[in-house]
Amino acid sequence: MKPIYMDHHATTPLDPRVLEIMLPYLQEHFGNPSSSTHIYGEIAKKAVEAAREQVVQLLNAQNPAEIIFTSCATESNNMVLKGAVALSKVENPEIITIATEHKAILDTLKRLNRQGVVTRLAKIDKYGIVDLDSIKEMINDRTILITIQAANSEIGTLQPLRSIGQIAKEHNIPFHTDAVQALGKIKVDVEKDHIDFLSISAHKMYGPKGVGALYLRKGHRIAPLLDGGGQERGVRSGTLNVPGIIGLGKAAEIAGSDLTGEADRVRQLRDMLINGVLERIDQTTLNGHPTLRLPNNANLSFSYIEGESLILACKAFAVSTGSACSSETLKSSYVLKAIGVPDSLAHSSIRFGLGKSNTKEDITLLLDTLEKNVKRLRDMSPLYEMAQQGIDVDKFEWGEHKH
Amino acid sequence: MSTFEYSEKVVEHYENPRNVGVLEDANGVGVVGNPTCGDVMKLSIKVENERIVDAKFKTFGCGAAIASSSMLTEMVKGKTLDEVMEITNKAVAEALDGLPKVKLHCSVLAEDALRAAIDDYRKNQKNKH
Ligand code: FES
Repeated sequence: MKPIYMDHHATTPLDPRVLEIMLPYLQEHFGNPSSSTHIYGEIAKKAVEAAREQVVQLLNAQNPAEIIFTSCATESNNMVLKGAVALSKVENPEIITIATEHKAILDTLKRLNRQGVVTRLAKIDKYGIVDLDSIKEMINDRTILITIQAANSEIGTLQPLRSIGQIAKEHNIPFHTDAVQALGKIKVDVEKDHIDFLSISAHKMYGPKGVGALYLRKGHRIAPLLDGGGQERGVRSGTLNVPGIIGLGKAAEIAGSDLTGEADRVRQLRDMLINGVLERIDQTTLNGHPTLRLPNNANLSFSYIEGESLILACKAFAVSTGSACSSETLKSSYVLKAIGVPDSLAHSSIRFGLGKSNTKEDITLLLDTLEKNVKRLRDMSPLYEMAQQGIDVDKFEWGEHKH
Repeated sequence: MSTFEYSEKVVEHYENPRNVGVLEDANGVGVVGNPTCGDVMKLSIKVENERIVDAKFKTFGCGAAIASSSMLTEMVKGKTLDEVMEITNKAVAEALDGLPKVKLHCSVLAEDALRAAIDDYRKNQKNKH
């Protein structure tokens, strides 16, 4: 039997309604929307524009021309950062961000650093929430962009988008947010939140993989990454991924309607999981903020147990861990590190990303599984034994290994 | 890393680890930490006439580390100290039908713990005399 899927921050299954609406565009409606001299292109173009309108609705954008379709949110993020730098006339331009951003932001910035761009990391608190004063202090006349995610994929922390947008607006600095984790879970409104650029991914909201979008507020310009046929107002050349875009549009429509019932339902499951773990299993901690977090995210540390071994024990569930042991590079989660979680607890962390398919029964089963296996693994853990004897595990020196 | 990258034997040892715990009457104990990823193994052995008659482990680590520890205790029991000196991390990994490449260092943890436990035993013997 396949494990119960609880890794919805990584990706989500395709909603059957999305699949259904995409299918004809993989088959009979195969036209290229740029070739509108005939009915094939016309049909495709119409469908793409309808999808654009669905994305407009989700974000409360003002104008369909503000939506640029891309291949994924990583592309959208790269476009904004590299495109803003390319057009900037400032020498050593500065970009303000935070240490818990997705790699698509942090690694793009790293590359830009080699061209003289300066990354300024605003302070965050122990939940990962950005310090607004720190942003204000960093702003100067070389600041060309503020980029701060809407929600974190590991710890679920929500950022105060509206306040950040307000600051950006007051200082006349464009504000970009990577909103892939937030859409369909919390309301993101580009007008009210004063957002100038926003990255979207379809597959994080029950749409298809390989398609994303960038919201680009009217009046703002970025240099394109791709030159060519001049599609998407010249900002993103390349033949449009019609079926993908249709799917993204439908997923956006459903995401907008999920903000009420479904988000609440998942929030209840999340709380049942978090409270269940904290109450039933001692020496467990919640990583991230207790309330200012994605309705579908629970990130918990089970002290004295290594995360991958706990995942093995919970093989009836598909979840992920911030433990070094599970990553190819043997480094523990940089997000947990950035919010000051000690290595030992990062090692013991499990991320649960709930979604539409999860039920109350799943959580009940999960809690029982966790309780049983945490006990089993702790009985096997020398760290637990030491902690019982009053030894501070974080301070213990492993002098005896011979490396 | 996920279950299906581990051999059946690794999973079997992870799920039913042999010799978990601490020997009450151990005369050699090794505690080692893994500098690569921060994991810890504690191995206690009971030596009689230069032969390991019993061994138990406790491990904080991934599935491969737990399976390696379990396998190691099986491999050392009944062997003389000279014999167990030949046991390397490679031998442990092979006995488990192999480990994923990134997990080979987890078997090093087992080897290190064995060496540390034997060192400890020898130290204890010296102190006695
Ligand atoms: S003990 Fe950390 S990777 Fe195996």
